[in-house]
Amino acid sequence: MSVDMNMNILIVDDYKTMLRIIRNLLKQLGFNNVDEATDGSMALQKLRDKDYGLVISDWNMEPMTGIQLLREVRADSKLKNLPFIMITAESKTENVVAAKEAGVNNYIVKPFNAATLKTKLSSVLGNF
Amino acid sequence: MAKSAKPSDAGMPPELNARLTELQAQSRSPRREEVAEVVGEMLQSLEGDLSEINLKVYAELEGLAKYILAAKREIAALRPDDITSEHLPKATDELDAIVGSTEEATNGILQAMELLEGLTAQMPAEVAEQVTNAVTQVYESCNFQDITGQRITKVVKTLKHIEDRVEALVAAFGDEIQKYREMHPSEQQPQKGADEKLLNGPQLPDEAGKQADIDALLASFD
Repeated sequence: MSVDMNMNILIVDDYKTMLRIIRNLLKQLGFNNVDEATDGSMALQKLRDKDYGLVISDWNMEPMTGIQLLREVRADSKLKNLPFIMITAESKTENVVAAKEAGVNNYIVKPFNAATLKTKLSSVLGNF
Repeated sequence: MAKSAKPSDAGMPPELNARLTELQAQSRSPRREEVAEVVGEMLQSLEGDLSEINLKVYAELEGLAKYILAAKREIAALRPDDITSEHLPKATDELDAIVGSTEEATNGILQAMELLEGLTAQMPAEVAEQVTNAVTQVYESCNFQDITGQRITKVVKTLKHIEDRVEALVAAFGDEIQKYREMHPSEQQPQKGADEKLLNGPQLPDEAGKQADIDALLASFD
């Protein structure tokens, strides 16, 4: 099954520059419908208001962190199957294990490059 | 007028107090024999059984008290109140300014790269690909802003933790630091030379002089 390049993608990060970087890299890969949120609670509201095909979220944010957002998404009957990629500087094993246990689809460690982003997207969404 | 010899005068026996008052009234330095006599009387007036062990314990306690006093003076000399009121807040402000300025610079770089990327449609395909690759590398490199920002946030939290601890130390000292400051006015901040006073480093954004203000100041000399 081919990847819907017109899908809505929600990127979540409390650093505006990081949102801009991820948005630009997604655009280079052919994804143009990208929305932004600066913490988990804002993201959750957007996810409930609009259909998204993917969430790419930072971990360390306030007031709602990325892992809390992930748990909320997995606990929501309408959102529970939404692909979710964590993109974070939290690189300890315990973080990755916690994210996996919470139901993350993939995990990118900052700083990352465009090739890693593409590989992880392909892994979650399928080749494009 | 001689003080009345009563036990409430530092708990002294009346006879000893009377003897001291008498010596004081003679308005001359007491002779060695007189001092020895008074000391002897004092020793005799000591109550209780001072064993050798007790004396050793007292000596240890006295040594400990002196050590604590010296440590307190040294800590007071470090001006821990300055650390919480001046140094740490200043360091935190400087770090916040670093985050702000790197974010601003990163946004400027990203804006320029987005403009460049937008122009690739007008370039020959081969050139456009090379430019896109270069732009991608810049995007990747701009990751640094997020990472440094998070690292600095961690440092700021650590500084805040230190500030809390030092504040607790200052509170424990009570007014002792202020007393030390008053007793040692010469140990106030070291005086800077004229040139040294001009070495302030970059100003925080709110405190920095604007170019227009500086131009106006320069013009005022003409």
